[in-house]
Amino acid sequence: MSALLSLTTVSKRFRGLVAVDAVSFDVPEGALFAVIGPNGAGKTTLFNMIAGATAPDAGTIAFAGAPIGGLTADAVCRRGIARTFQLVRPFPALSVEDNVIVGALLHRRGVGAARDHAQALLRRLDLFAKRRQLAATLTLPDRKRLEVARALATGPRLLLLDEVMAGLRPTETDRMVASLRDLNRDTGVTILLIEHVMRAVMALASRVLVLDHGTVIAQGAPEAVVRDPAVVQSYLGAETE
Amino acid sequence: MPFDVYLNVAVGGVLTGLVYGLMALGLSVIFGVVRVVNFAHGEMMSIAMYLAVVLFAAFHLDPLIMMVPIAAVLFVFGYALQSGLINPFITRPEHSQFLLLVALAIVIVNVLLIIFGPDARTVQTAYAYDSYQLGPLIVDAAKVYAATAALLFAALLFAFFRFTLVGKAIRACADNYTGALVVGLNVNRLYALTFGIGAACVGAAGAMMTLIVDVTPMLGPSYTLLAFVIVITGGLGSMPGALLGGLLIGLTEALAGLIFTPSAKSMFAFAILVLVLLFRPQGLLGRKAA
Amino acid sequence: MAALIERLTDDGSRRTMIWAAVLVAALVIAPWVVNDYLVTVLIVILYLAYTGQAWNIMMGFAGQLSLGHAIYVGLGAYIAAFLFTRFGVGPWVGFLAAMPVAAACGAIIGFLAFRFGVTGVYFAILTIAFAEFARIGFDHLDIVNAAAGLFLPVAQYSHNDLWRLRGDPTMFYYVILAATVVVFILCRVLIRSRIGYFWLAIREDEEAARAAGVDTFRCKLYAVMISAAITSFAGVFYAFFYNNLFPEQVFNISQSIQIILGPIIGGVGTLFGPILGAFVLTGLAESLNSALTALGLDLPGAEQVFYGVCLLFVVAALPEGIWPWLARRLGIAERAG
Repeated sequence: MSALLSLTTVSKRFRGLVAVDAVSFDVPEGALFAVIGPNGAGKTTLFNMIAGATAPDAGTIAFAGAPIGGLTADAVCRRGIARTFQLVRPFPALSVEDNVIVGALLHRRGVGAARDHAQALLRRLDLFAKRRQLAATLTLPDRKRLEVARALATGPRLLLLDEVMAGLRPTETDRMVASLRDLNRDTGVTILLIEHVMRAVMALASRVLVLDHGTVIAQGAPEAVVRDPAVVQSYLGAETE
Repeated sequence: MPFDVYLNVAVGGVLTGLVYGLMALGLSVIFGVVRVVNFAHGEMMSIAMYLAVVLFAAFHLDPLIMMVPIAAVLFVFGYALQSGLINPFITRPEHSQFLLLVALAIVIVNVLLIIFGPDARTVQTAYAYDSYQLGPLIVDAAKVYAATAALLFAALLFAFFRFTLVGKAIRACADNYTGALVVGLNVNRLYALTFGIGAACVGAAGAMMTLIVDVTPMLGPSYTLLAFVIVITGGLGSMPGALLGGLLIGLTEALAGLIFTPSAKSMFAFAILVLVLLFRPQGLLGRKAA
Repeated sequence: MAALIERLTDDGSRRTMIWAAVLVAALVIAPWVVNDYLVTVLIVILYLAYTGQAWNIMMGFAGQLSLGHAIYVGLGAYIAAFLFTRFGVGPWVGFLAAMPVAAACGAIIGFLAFRFGVTGVYFAILTIAFAEFARIGFDHLDIVNAAAGLFLPVAQYSHNDLWRLRGDPTMFYYVILAATVVVFILCRVLIRSRIGYFWLAIREDEEAARAAGVDTFRCKLYAVMISAAITSFAGVFYAFFYNNLFPEQVFNISQSIQIILGPIIGGVGTLFGPILGAFVLTGLAESLNSALTALGLDLPGAEQVFYGVCLLFVVAALPEGIWPWLARRLGIAERAG
């Protein structure tokens, strides 16, 4: 089975700094795939290249068999990749519902149909009760859920989540993990997430990729990766004696 | 048309362009440091021009000499404007600040219109019709003096930013706002100072300009646009760029006025603006936005 | 019809619509109740309300600041006037001809700006440059009499000629009133349509909008084109109402600024803002003029100073404009604007 998303020796440099250095990996369809690594490892840059926010300097990014490197962000979204942002960016002056409707309108011509779809998603993500509230008035966890809802509304095959657990308390984290797992199970959407919260990574991911200084230092099943000495040294740290 | 005519017009354009450059320098300094798009720039210049006109009419004081006190008055104006009106809005979206200055510009132009009326005022100094001859070249003495004064002023400004402590502090603010705060610089006061300096440039340029053109209230908006064309062409935040841009625009304007009709000369400035905005937004000497 | 009304009055803003209907009714009977001078004042108010709403589509909905909207007024005015004086073509046909030209002009400006990433204040400066370019250009365009001005033949008409827009002010009043109402309905329909949602998303956060699949380039371009096309009608109206056109006046930056004052004071991005702003602004300006005349003062430029001060005040103290503040006081909510 060919992978849904395939990166081949993708690189990106900013002036003198090599942010991403010849990274290659495959994400199978339906996977829950986590990318972890220390700050500055190049994770968000990698995401930005996949999502079309920046173009890779070298290498190819293929989605469902077709190359997408260099496409604009909205073109990438139309192909079936949706994303959230590290620093949450809902549309502040629009209501929760309207936020999601914007996403839903991508594949629907009528506002009515978009609203129905939006409301279904809001129910799934526990935001239906707050649908008329302005996005700016939501708490951080709710804003994160809103961004996920908006991204899902575009009907993606691949969902990119950039540190969606950041700033959440453990209970909220568990709630988000459960939502994402249910989503993956019910709709089959592939999820690629950048995460620092290991609790979430271990609970959610079926495969983990570790990035450090722009290169892949380990990838595989979560249990194996977290015990990999290189990973422990560069990122996780060892248990103190 | 004979070559001398082109040469004379070109040189005249370059000299005028130096005064334009000084005006634009003020805008560049303000934008480069305080990051405010001063849409009232030309209007501030027209205040200076009218001050020069009034002082000359009342006391026969040469604008070149009055350049200094007029610059000082504009400095105070700029300082007060920044600390009183603009600073409270520093966190607002950029088009809010912009509209604030648009409003100020409207007020200034029309107050000047009310006070002085729409008719042109001139400053006829003793040397108003003098000229220097250098081979085939005939240049207006007034333009030479104005251009020299502009260069001097600009040189002083460069020296200020390069060698004085305050100048360096201001440059620090421009480079790194947070860093400046962290090392304890009083950024608000430095911003006000910078705006004042930018206004002083405009004040001096205005005084010099009265030697070259007739003064009407409607000059304000034209000069604002011209200043933007120059600064964007030369490169935002680049001081040499402002002077270079001024020179270029002064030259193109003069030649365009000669080759086509004089009233169409600003069309070329706008054409240049559009081209620069599209193809080289950082201008000739500017740095590309990171 | 019922479906249209339903669409216009959905989700709880029925109260506002009732107020609006009352206002329109009042405006319809106004000419019978007030004197001729006030009718002309109302024409100015409605003209500003019309152009303000057109501008609001670009700025309030799509977030693009245009300070050169006079170019579309000028194009509409000159094309319609030219066709009328040269070929006897009526203004309504003239409008049909001017609309695509204005839209194309907007498309060029928009395409150049958005393709090359010119946004925010730089976009505003670009629009000013284009308007100034047009002003100077038309000042030298002999085919429309250049700076000397283009004049429409005015004769004493025994009756109102709606087809050729010749007649007494009352006819013009109803034309501009109808136009303002039509644009209001159009804006309302647009903002609740698919593209309306996209525009609001772009206005709020363009990058996030792109990430949600919105083709921001295309949507912004449409906003500019629609705004331009609608504004061109104001130009046609202007030409046939005032009967004389000078590039100096029609394309002037003060025209562009006058267009934006209403929406900014009333409330950018809202449906009622531009209309309210037009009423407040002109109402106050007229009071100022009356006061000055009463005091025996003739101050050309006083009105402009007043406009500048109003703009200053609104930007400083009421950045959202008067309408949102008023709506909150009256307990009326206006959705997503």
